[in-house]
Amino acid sequence: MNEKNSTLLIYTLLYFGFLYVPVLFLPIFSFNDANYMSFPLAGFTTEHYEEMWSKRNLHKALWASIKVGVVASVVSTTFALFAAKAFARYTFRGEKVSYGAIMMPFLIPEIILAVAILVIWVNLGFKLGLVPVTIGHTLFCTPFAMLILIARIEGFDFSLEEASRDLGENAWGTFFRVSFPLYLPGIVAALLLSFIISFDEFILAFFLTGSDATLPMYMWGQMRFVQKLPHVLALGAVIIVFTTFIVLLAFWLRNVGQGKVKKDIAIKL
Amino acid sequence: MNNSFIEINNISKHFEDVKAVNDVSFEIKEGEFFSLLGPSGCGKTTLLRLLAGFEYPTSGNLLIDGTDITALPPDKRPTNMVFQNYAIFPHLNVEKNIQFGLRKLGLSNDEIDKRVKGVLSLVKLEGYEERFSNQLSGGQRQRVALARALVRQPKVLLLDEPLGALDKKLRDEMQLELRTLQKNIGITFVFVTHDQQEAISMSDRVAVMNDGKIQQLSEPNELYKNPENIFVSDFIGETNFLKAETKSSDGEFINVSIEGLGEFKIKNNLNIAANSSDVVCSVRPESMMIAKVKSDWDICLDAKICQTSYLGEMTRFYVEAKGIDKIITVSSQHFDNQSFENNECFISMSLEDISLLNKK
Repeated sequence: MNEKNSTLLIYTLLYFGFLYVPVLFLPIFSFNDANYMSFPLAGFTTEHYEEMWSKRNLHKALWASIKVGVVASVVSTTFALFAAKAFARYTFRGEKVSYGAIMMPFLIPEIILAVAILVIWVNLGFKLGLVPVTIGHTLFCTPFAMLILIARIEGFDFSLEEASRDLGENAWGTFFRVSFPLYLPGIVAALLLSFIISFDEFILAFFLTGSDATLPMYMWGQMRFVQKLPHVLALGAVIIVFTTFIVLLAFWLRNVGQGKVKKDIAIKL
Repeated sequence: MNNSFIEINNISKHFEDVKAVNDVSFEIKEGEFFSLLGPSGCGKTTLLRLLAGFEYPTSGNLLIDGTDITALPPDKRPTNMVFQNYAIFPHLNVEKNIQFGLRKLGLSNDEIDKRVKGVLSLVKLEGYEERFSNQLSGGQRQRVALARALVRQPKVLLLDEPLGALDKKLRDEMQLELRTLQKNIGITFVFVTHDQQEAISMSDRVAVMNDGKIQQLSEPNELYKNPENIFVSDFIGETNFLKAETKSSDGEFINVSIEGLGEFKIKNNLNIAANSSDVVCSVRPESMMIAKVKSDWDICLDAKICQTSYLGEMTRFYVEAKGIDKIITVSSQHFDNQSFENNECFISMSLEDISLLNKK
């Protein structure tokens, strides 16, 4: 190995170390038989995981996060699909402005978005809870979903849709028989990533949940008590594994069908 | 045979301020192989898309078999299209691609099977039912696209440069095959191409388009022999343009003075005005003769060869003729290595091969 390569290798290792070593402490300490995060490790235990699973409030928070995540990801992906199709397929007046408007929640500080929704929601006389969180998450997820879908739909051969119309299908039939199956990997990727973004989101939830905690809110609440730290670590470790799996799946799906595996994944109609 | 199966009446299509198709009217007969020929941007594809229903005209109307289709969406028209890139559905196999357009026709399963089998054998793709688009060659994809359109038994098949993506040899084969296929099934074909040789060799009639207008609509040999304007004469085949000036005319014939050639009385098929300098004469390279000795043809000129290029089936000579300040191209199939002394030669032409055209 020449010098240039070894420098590159060291850089790469440092880079990945920087990215992942802090994250790895979580699973390590979650199996450590002690209440404090400190070395040396005191011994192996799965007690924290058992404790974690026994918390009723955690179950409630998990269920709340799933409900919010599913609704927010489905709604934002649906909006994003319409928007992505419009941007990828047509040129129209106000195209750049509307693109910017949709991307806005992604760019402005989340805390401002949160406060804005809070103020409006409360002034309209509604109660805080999972509904405003879901609305906030939908706003926040739509730009992500749209970016993924635009990448998928750009480069889509629109003569396929024309061919379908030419072969006697109306606009809906064309969508369901041609466009949807071909966009599907992108749609699923957008759904998964939106779900994960919602699932992990803290600031909007912090301002808008009221008494119904989502999972990150639950963790935040538990962090105040030292003796409760270990089971939060265990929960954190589980979430890391779950998130990594979903993100990898989403990235795999995003590229699927662009190349060789096309026919294996698309729905056969 | 109905004389006007497709009627195109005063069709215009404007994109912003571009007149892609500009007040075009003509008719296509039933069972005809009809080509729209022209350079890119001439409006031929737009006209085809207007027939398919992917675009709607700015003005004018379209009739197929007596029915006004101007406002109908593509799925309600009795037309089907073979796309330039074939547009085979990548998530469906060959069989499903071909069946795609049959669902809405209300056919029985037996009838669907029969039609798919029939059309597969028509385009010689039996045994390829399970293949996907990425497992097919360019030529096979083209056949799938053809089968998928024909299986619906359309009144009119629209073809948008379907041979453009194929290599030369395959293209020649497919030209012949398409022509035979069309004659056998008797469906009206409207074929768009920028390749003049393709249009001329396949079509019953050709409409040459430029700048959104029909420049000439006639049978291929007419197009070649009697071009109606300078664009057609230049676009179809090769030609030499000579400066000219018309003198007196007696209706059928007109006196023309041609640069370097002198004054002649030639047929005035296009009713070109007398005493005009806004005209030009065109002579095809292959209608001239090149030889070492003088001939007794109507016109015989002293000339000098500047360059020769050997093309296999013919040889092309670039010659300078006395009194003509332009290099003249002459093609000859009889190039038995006759050596021209000092490149000196005679070029001959007969009056009937000279066509008189308006400059504009």
